[in-house]
Amino acid sequence: MTAEFGLAALWLAAALAVLQAAAAALGLARAREDVAAVTRPAAVAQGALACLAMAALVAAFANSDMSVRVVAENSHSAKPMLYKLAGAWGNHEGSMLLWVAILGAAGTAVALFERRLDPRTLAATVGAQGLIAVGFYAFLLFSSNPFDRLVPAPREGLGLNPLLQDPGLAFHPPTLYAGYVGLSVAFSFAVGALVTGRVDRAFARAMRPWVLGAWVLLTLGITAGSYWAYYELGWGGWWFWDPVENASLMPWLAATALLHSVTVLAVRDGLRAWTVMLAVVAFSMSMLGTFLVRSGILTSVHAFAVDPARGSFILALLLLYVGGALALFALRIGTVRAGTTFDPVSREAGLVANNLLLSVILGVVLIGTLYPVGAAAFGVQLSVGPPFFDRAAGPVALLLVAVLAVGPLLRWRRDEAGAVLGRLAAPIAAASLTAAGLFAFNGFGLSLLPFLGLSAAAGLAVASVLPLTGRRLARVPLMTWGMAVSHLGVAVALAGMACDAAFTRETLVAAQVGQPARVGPWSVTLDGIAPRIGDNWSAVEARLTAVRGEGTPLTLRPQQRFFSDPVTTTSESAIATRLDGQLYTVLGRPDGQGRWQLRLWWKPFVTLIWAGGVLIALGGALSLAGRALRDRRARAAA
Amino acid sequence: MTPKNQRLTLALLGVGAMAGAGLLALSALKDQAAFFYAPADVARDGPPLGRTVRLGGMVEAGSVARAADGVTVRFAVTDGHATVPVTYAGIVPDLFRERSGVVAEGQFRPDGGFRATNLLAKHDEKYMPPELARAADGTRLHETKSLAP
Repeated sequence: MTAEFGLAALWLAAALAVLQAAAAALGLARAREDVAAVTRPAAVAQGALACLAMAALVAAFANSDMSVRVVAENSHSAKPMLYKLAGAWGNHEGSMLLWVAILGAAGTAVALFERRLDPRTLAATVGAQGLIAVGFYAFLLFSSNPFDRLVPAPREGLGLNPLLQDPGLAFHPPTLYAGYVGLSVAFSFAVGALVTGRVDRAFARAMRPWVLGAWVLLTLGITAGSYWAYYELGWGGWWFWDPVENASLMPWLAATALLHSVTVLAVRDGLRAWTVMLAVVAFSMSMLGTFLVRSGILTSVHAFAVDPARGSFILALLLLYVGGALALFALRIGTVRAGTTFDPVSREAGLVANNLLLSVILGVVLIGTLYPVGAAAFGVQLSVGPPFFDRAAGPVALLLVAVLAVGPLLRWRRDEAGAVLGRLAAPIAAASLTAAGLFAFNGFGLSLLPFLGLSAAAGLAVASVLPLTGRRLARVPLMTWGMAVSHLGVAVALAGMACDAAFTRETLVAAQVGQPARVGPWSVTLDGIAPRIGDNWSAVEARLTAVRGEGTPLTLRPQQRFFSDPVTTTSESAIATRLDGQLYTVLGRPDGQGRWQLRLWWKPFVTLIWAGGVLIALGGALSLAGRALRDRRARAAA
Repeated sequence: MTPKNQRLTLALLGVGAMAGAGLLALSALKDQAAFFYAPADVARDGPPLGRTVRLGGMVEAGSVARAADGVTVRFAVTDGHATVPVTYAGIVPDLFRERSGVVAEGQFRPDGGFRATNLLAKHDEKYMPPELARAADGTRLHETKSLAP
């Protein structure tokens, strides 16, 4: 029954999405307020029904209802309950349902909570959100129905890919999607404002919290995904420039640019057309990512199914929505007057530089990701890997860090270059001292990018807290705190990346029991190998003792896990986290002569990468909280 | 500067940035586009030296041997036309087998051998890359995609 209930909810939600879009279009075209008034209640009901459908699917997974096809193909009754629940989105249909549920929920949130937008623009915005939903409901219902039944029902399911059987599955996909799909709100805002021609400061102020919220979740989702890949894949890497990772990075880059340009629009009424364009681009990147990941043209643990019909369907949706929005932009942007001007040395100019550099990085990543796909369409097969991205995006990213350090120290509207240089004295000193220190300790032993990265990180760290100095900290607005914390997060993450690239030590040994191996400052001894049994796996587990100098010994237990449904072996790394880094151990195979392969890494300060990601998101959350507080005070005063 | 002029300047800057991204990407692509090699490519054009590339094909039957140090593996990668000897020091992926597809990441040595720093094999039957599936059918193998998430 649950499945039929879910399917009915989905159809009803699709019908409401049509109503939502049609009511907005009719209401605006005929200037009928009573018709346009239907838009918001329809959006609320549509979002609620989509979430109900998602809940129905989760219930089917929880009950191991093998008569539902996706459950039978992707679940198993012996799986731990957490992976049954989270497994609901560990497959193509379920993950698309989650996508649509979040799209509906985002529309509901706008319909319920958006108070600043004028009624006509709001109706157009919520209508646009409904129009996007219509396409994706069609995709779900016609080509990826998650509630398909299997007759007769099998007694047992095929199981979930063991690589996905990890607590990360409960957190990473929903957070990432909430950010990814949350950007649809910015897209709908842009469409709404283009329809009514109201691109002004009020529009920017209304849109900013929605962009911030989506961006915070996207940042957390990417950070979580990176850490998950790091410990699960057992390669010790944290970013692989895999097309699927790029698919989440591209919307993030666009959203970061949008976040900064919308501030210029909100504060100074500049960059009107550019901000609208970025809002369109950001969600277009989300849809492009969905196309790349869900169409099956890429291969990874994220690409669940290869079905050309689905790929064509999403591609058609992508072209329709992106093309439609761009056409609307071309038709209507002429009605938006140019905004106010600013000096070449000013906060606005710094934010323009930020936007240009982020766009360049976005362009490079886009080309590197699409080039192999495009070439394949012409029968040329090639592959673009990490060397390309490091070389093409690395230098631009460093330049961006420099702009990031300078920007917040600039005044709005007009500033003096000499005075700015004076304010930069401390950051420049910090960067130079770090560079000199690194050179003194390592000479030419350090490669260029980590060397520049660490120096830049030191300068940026100092520069990012400068806006807080010389002020009564308790009176600094939360928004300023948010900016400082986010920028500091970039410095922290950059330092972690540079340390990982420069100072990681790796050892590979065939270890005998009792024989120690050295990695960096650690001495690691294999104490023994023992079997282990879990809910739905068995494993061989090594017991390792690690000692650094005279410190207390640590015990690590890396495993080789064997799953029977489906038949797979996975390496479960064991990681010891210390303040100054992580000791990362992986158990390999026996060599037939009583020895076991061990791969050991000592990664100084690698945790800073994800700590930085969390700080970046925290800064966004602080800024959001600050704005909410200010609104509340303003309403209380009114 | 009038608002209109400023808008034009900004638009030109935007176009310039996109052109810059394109040029940057193209110059990097020129060096890196040929990132993937099949043994037949190496036999025809000679091994690319001094940079990290990927070599893909089938693990030749009977070619896998372990060195005495317990961590180095030697095997041969073939595409039916040519064969490249590979050495790899590391933990081999779980689905690394003879007569099965493999993608090795590393550098060619001047003698034509390949020193791999990373091996990518399929995760399981369901997630096999199409090009490895093609190789398994005995057709020519073209391209790889990373198996990272």
